[in-house]
Amino acid sequence: MVKIVKTKVEFEGRFRDEYVMVEGEEIQAWPGSYKGKLVGSPSPRLEAGAKVNGSAKYTHDVYLPGMLYGKFVRSPYSHAKVKHVDLSKALAQPGVVAGYAANNVPKLTGEKQIELFSDEALYQGAEIALLIATDEITLQDAIELVEVEYEPLRPLVDPEESLRLRGSHAIGGKDNLSGGTPRVYERGSVERGFSDADVVIEQEFRTQAAMHNCMETHGSVATWEGDALTVYTSTQSINNVRAELAEKLGIPLRKVRAISTYMGGGFGSKFGGGKYTLAAALASRALGKPVRIVLDRIEENLVTGNRSQTIQKYRIGAKKDGTLTAIQLTSVVNVGLEGWTADIGGPTKMTYRCPNVKVELYGTRTNLVSSTAFRAPGYVEGNFGLECALDELASKLGLDPISLRLKNYADEDQGDKIAYSSKALKEAYERGADIIGWKPGEEPTRRGTKVRAKGMASLIWWGGGGPPAYAQVKINTDGSATVVTASQDIGTGTRTAVGQIAAEELSLPLELVSVQIGDTVTELYSPGSGGSQTLASIGPAVRSAAHDAKSQLLDIASQTLDVAREAIALDSGWIVRKSGEKLSSVADLLDKFGGATVTGKGARGPNDPKHQVNTFGAQFAEVEVDTETGEVEVLKFVSVHDSGRIINPLLLSSQIEGGVIQGMGYALWEGRLVDATSGVSLNANLNDYLVPRSTDIDEIQSEYIEAEDTSNNIGAKGIGEPPIIGVAPAIANAIKAATGIRLRELPLTPERIYRALKKMEDWTSSARYF
Amino acid sequence: MTAPPRLSRYLQLNLNVNGKNFELNVEPRMSLLDVLRINLGYTGAKKGCDMGSCGACTVLVDGKTRLSCLTLAASVTNSKIETVEGIENDPKGKILQESFIKHDALQCGFCTPGQVISALFLLNTRKSPTKNEIKRFMAGNVCRCGAYPKIIQAIEDASKVI
Repeated sequence: MVKIVKTKVEFEGRFRDEYVMVEGEEIQAWPGSYKGKLVGSPSPRLEAGAKVNGSAKYTHDVYLPGMLYGKFVRSPYSHAKVKHVDLSKALAQPGVVAGYAANNVPKLTGEKQIELFSDEALYQGAEIALLIATDEITLQDAIELVEVEYEPLRPLVDPEESLRLRGSHAIGGKDNLSGGTPRVYERGSVERGFSDADVVIEQEFRTQAAMHNCMETHGSVATWEGDALTVYTSTQSINNVRAELAEKLGIPLRKVRAISTYMGGGFGSKFGGGKYTLAAALASRALGKPVRIVLDRIEENLVTGNRSQTIQKYRIGAKKDGTLTAIQLTSVVNVGLEGWTADIGGPTKMTYRCPNVKVELYGTRTNLVSSTAFRAPGYVEGNFGLECALDELASKLGLDPISLRLKNYADEDQGDKIAYSSKALKEAYERGADIIGWKPGEEPTRRGTKVRAKGMASLIWWGGGGPPAYAQVKINTDGSATVVTASQDIGTGTRTAVGQIAAEELSLPLELVSVQIGDTVTELYSPGSGGSQTLASIGPAVRSAAHDAKSQLLDIASQTLDVAREAIALDSGWIVRKSGEKLSSVADLLDKFGGATVTGKGARGPNDPKHQVNTFGAQFAEVEVDTETGEVEVLKFVSVHDSGRIINPLLLSSQIEGGVIQGMGYALWEGRLVDATSGVSLNANLNDYLVPRSTDIDEIQSEYIEAEDTSNNIGAKGIGEPPIIGVAPAIANAIKAATGIRLRELPLTPERIYRALKKMEDWTSSARYF
Repeated sequence: MTAPPRLSRYLQLNLNVNGKNFELNVEPRMSLLDVLRINLGYTGAKKGCDMGSCGACTVLVDGKTRLSCLTLAASVTNSKIETVEGIENDPKGKILQESFIKHDALQCGFCTPGQVISALFLLNTRKSPTKNEIKRFMAGNVCRCGAYPKIIQAIEDASKVI
């Protein structure tokens, strides 16, 4: 009997209702005291062998027989009218197979006109035309021969200017204020809160646009068999890509298969199919051959989105003892052409107990590529402002930064006033402070021109997961097991974690469990790998499926071996009496049925409406600032997390280290530089856009507090995003402690630090961080 | 309208890759990376940037690391080329690979072939590298997932076994 249950599901702080099919009894969550054999063990990744010997095949590695290559002609201007496109010289080249522009986009079926190109480029890199050729060199040569006549127009890339000119210069004919109104959140009354305050501080912070720069650039290979499309695509969501293609091409979902066996990083930028996938599918259908469109590194930097640039103004009121009475945040968020206004106010609304909070977000449109999600979107930006402002408040009140945070510890969710499913932030503060050697009021230490000091920050994030997520676990004739679900592993270790969960439930060694993911052909829906939701969504479904398979297997064993069902169990691939006596191997049992397999089904159950699921963390940095060069070295970084039950501590530490390192890049080096006059990006490559490298890294210590959480049957919460959230403020607070200087604008480059230390005026340049 | 490639544009060359000889006809401007990946099917080396900034395409040419995206295939016809697919046969390569697996010195894995090749060159060059030497040798290989601490640890550990 299938029951339908309505439940609330969260994704990166946005809620929606979902209806879930629940079959049979939901299995009980492992209690906090449960110590697994495999769950909780630091097993190496199942696919690590394929990754170290080059046999793991990524989308970039798909070369199909007869495959053609496609590449877009893109606007070099951030704003221009496209007056004329002439492909004739390009098409005359041997090896150039086809060319498409606004006037000849191939139609797939009937009348459905698909928009790939526009006659007005509204950001640099906008698609103008597409060429298809037999090889990449021919293609590159042909691109040079395409003649496009542009009429350059004035671009707006500065969001403050875009807002000022809202009435007179609407970008693409639409309101420059995204959605037409600011996004406002209010609880209590900030006016009352400020009048109750003993101290009120006002602080302004600015953050830059950051680029994902996944190592595998966005790309797809499309091929048709009759009227059925298969795309190999580098994505965080094969199900999103499939749905998007079916909708845009106007074909049934069953005719689209999306495959992403291995993919080289997404960080939020790979949730959809994008024009490259759509164009590959269309051209492949029109030409009757597989078509590959893979972006180059410059395109990757120009057209795949970014973390939004922000301007954040805080006003915070508090009593003398540190009790917060009001927090107000007004923020301008540069969303590019059509981007989404990420919740910069998330940390302000959620991190601390405060009755009076107001957030106003001005999502502002500009002639830059649409912004997109980037690892903890909004929270990374907003936490920099909030956590730096709180340190300023602590300093004004003469309080230790940790004491101020503990004074305002939130014991329940601040928006809905419901209990957390678990929260171990206090323990995280204690553990982190202990490891870094935190001493309230500690003076910085000086050695020549170098000064050392420590700083910290809190973080809150989502990551509770939820339905829908479906899995099957098959017990194969040889006694091995296969986990099947249409999820994908973007490098977080999904394969391994779900393999461990199935092995645990089936009492099988991990070597006998394989995991089939990354292909929609299985029809087992699983959410996109993002929002720190993957494991907490699909993990419980896998456990349920394994439980179901085990239960069926024991039914078969009981009847076949003529023993009571209650008297037997599964142990390491054997049917055993509960006394321990081996009765039959699983392989021998199934062999009696001529190649039979047992398939268990599992669905992620509903979320508990009485609890809010959040992840928490405390992050500490010890930095050394060279006062003669402005360079900062992060000597030691300690990151302590509450992410519920840890399925695999080795992979968890990889996520934490990786998040911290990406956070260091954001704090210290990374940022899109745009020429403010022309709106053209100045560092759209990996030479000039500075991602962290091995020489930038010192000691990073990852830690966790394993809080008991029963909101899903495996007790796990997410870890993908939390580790990046508090890095920038922890470093900025440490720099303040070292130098006495509050830096308010990211990235904290040596030049900016040097100028601040030497009290030099900011020089103006048309190269700015937008 | 598809015209067959004009053979006059093509260059005949011999390459020695992972101990095997190959005779190929390629466009003279083709990079070693593209020839390895497209003509020979060695897709371990990756195209992360195609401009020499990321190290994902690193291979060994006569025992030294080389960015194959910046190397014309036609310029290495008299050399021994080794890719990640070939290093399992090298005892040091095998130890390194096992150390990468054990320490989880990878996440998405896209940069990993380049990392392993650079690490192998390091271990062939320095017997007991210090942490700083490891960092310096590996600075040309970007890992956007940020597996650096574990990559450094894996190499340090492997150097002790070798």
